Amino acid sequence: MNKRLPLGLGFVLLVMPCSLLVAFTHYPAVRALINSLWNNASSRRPSKFVGIENYEALIADEKLMQVLTNSGLYALGTIPLAIFLSISMALLVNSKLPATGLMRLSFFMPTMLPLVAVANIWLFFYAPGIGLASQIMNFFGLPTINFLGSTETSLASMMVVAVWKEAGLFMIFYLAALQAVPENLKDAARLEGAGPVRVFIDVVFPLLRPTTIFVAVNALINAFRLVDHIIVMTKGGPDNSSALLLYYIYEVTFRQRDFAYGATLTVLMVAILGVLAAFQFWVLDRKTHYQ
Amino acid sequence: MSNSGASIEVKNLRKSWGAVEVLSDVNFGIEPGGFLTLLGPSGCGKSTLLRLICGLDEVSGGQILINGADVAGKPAAERNLGMVFQNYALFPHMTIEENISYGLRIRKVPKAEKKKSVDRVAELMALGNLLDRKPGQLSGGQQQRVALARVLVSGRPLVLMDEPLSNLDAKLRVEIRSEIRSLNKKLGITIVYVTHDQSEALSMSDRVVLMNAGVVAQVGTPKELYEHPANTFSATFIGTPPTNILDSLEVAFPADLKIAGGLKLSECLFGIRPESLAFPAEDLDFKVRARVQSIEYEGKVFLIHMRTDAGTAIVVSYSGGSVPDEGEEITVGWNRDATHVFSRSDGKATTLVY
Ligand SMILES: Nc1ncnc2c1ncn2[C@@H]1O[C@H](COP(=O)(O)OP(=O)(O)OP(=O)(O)O)[C@@H](O)[C@H]1O
Ligand SMILES: [Mg+2]
Repeated sequence: MNKRLPLGLGFVLLVMPCSLLVAFTHYPAVRALINSLWNNASSRRPSKFVGIENYEALIADEKLMQVLTNSGLYALGTIPLAIFLSISMALLVNSKLPATGLMRLSFFMPTMLPLVAVANIWLFFYAPGIGLASQIMNFFGLPTINFLGSTETSLASMMVVAVWKEAGLFMIFYLAALQAVPENLKDAARLEGAGPVRVFIDVVFPLLRPTTIFVAVNALINAFRLVDHIIVMTKGGPDNSSALLLYYIYEVTFRQRDFAYGATLTVLMVAILGVLAAFQFWVLDRKTHYQ
Repeated sequence: MSNSGASIEVKNLRKSWGAVEVLSDVNFGIEPGGFLTLLGPSGCGKSTLLRLICGLDEVSGGQILINGADVAGKPAAERNLGMVFQNYALFPHMTIEENISYGLRIRKVPKAEKKKSVDRVAELMALGNLLDRKPGQLSGGQQQRVALARVLVSGRPLVLMDEPLSNLDAKLRVEIRSEIRSLNKKLGITIVYVTHDQSEALSMSDRVVLMNAGVVAQVGTPKELYEHPANTFSATFIGTPPTNILDSLEVAFPADLKIAGGLKLSECLFGIRPESLAFPAEDLDFKVRARVQSIEYEGKVFLIHMRTDAGTAIVVSYSGGSVPDEGEEITVGWNRDATHVFSRSDGKATTLVY
């Protein structure tokens, strides 16, 4: 074990992962940064250095403002909802009720499906008139809503799909954490007169905090990272009401083929994610007393 | 903090988990201010019994009387008792002060009063300068004292403790042992204490309930348990090294020996404490021959491990001058009044008739 690796072999072993990292992570990032400082080439005119011109366009872009607002709302909506739902499911599955195995499986199922498949299921669910949502609302005598086709409901409908998709995975994390909460802590609280709700609020939930942070950070990243369902279901519409940042980048770059502006938006997104990641580490560092 | 304890009595208590009966027909009691110990080997049902008393689990039969009133069906919080858990069960996310005052907070005790109570127990348990820390920043002994403080702050007349000293080192254990004992005397609270350590039980208790596989083997004062074991289990569990149990057929005994209750001498076992065995054995009443297997030096005494021809192990605690050699065959003996007699069929104690 202690034998030293020959220098040559060590070098070869290092080159492999490093080249992959450079080719697919670092180079594209740097390239995007460079591209954002140049304008688009056309058949008659080569690409030319324009400095921060693209960034000035960024600030003036009203559609971008709406997209950022949408993304913010989307994150603020999905994160608490996903946390609440996954804790509730974990508590349910961890209880002494019958058929918890079946529940566990059905709660976890959405996580295993590809998001595009999930989107198709929900496309049917939301379909005005014939979809399950409409039928349920008709049953209660409520008017039909075109969930995906109206600007008020399209973003919220996308949030529901995302939460449905990711809550099952988060439930698994909460389940593991719940089972690690020592039984005698709950007993001690109970003995002092705490009812089930107090026991949860005072003892269980604080001990789940590391998991909650982990889940919150992941939900946050997902909010910026997953747009498959938007591409399938609404294409950002109507009237950009459900367009998120990544979807907008996709649209600008590959539909409008405005590579320079796409690169500029990408730099913005990387910057946002960088700030969020830094925030994550800062929060994680502060809760070290838990060992 | 109240100045009087509660009495507790357990009658015909039973507990089963499904088909498995873990406690059957348990009976014992202790007067207010007493110190009762539940003693027994691992898995004999001590923790189960404690959880039944405090109401965290439900009994399958029998009664638990606290101050004469049956508490069956009352929720744990209404039984007016406190519990120190194995591993302390301190809330890791709360400060020591929050830990101690948690029960008061639940019961909505006014702030000023709460602070006064916490300060008082903190002083009593010497925790004053630790109140702002989290449990993870405390040593085992300090955590132990916090766990005690948390029970004492509510002034409960009855406190249950489940092996509270099991994770402490030997020195600290002796220290906290006497601390608990003096709290019991000073505050007058009744304590029900669980341990599997017989020396702990003997040194602390007013009364010991010795348990074996879910049944009570013997109830009595430490002295009664040591001097008059009610059965072979009790004789071998109490005292270190354990009592030697010898078949009467291997032993040379006086011709005039009789057993009370009409039991034949051939149906008997003799129990002798290692410190009652001696040699040379010429003028002793009972004698047995055995070969020396090994010798341990214990400081004050030698422990001589021997084996009879029939294969029975004997331990002699010997403080004389000339130690026998390994492999040597010697005769050891003991006197009438050091002899415990048990029936071979059920292990129950009987007495010798003079
Ligand atoms: N929830 C349960 N379900 C089934 N059996 C149980 C349960 N709790 C305890 N037992 C059984 O009851 C018996 C007594 O357990 P208990 O915890 O009371 O032992 P103990 O005397 O406290 O042992 P130790 O000294 O190791 O703590 C054991 O055989 C255990 O397997
Ligand atoms: Mg136990």
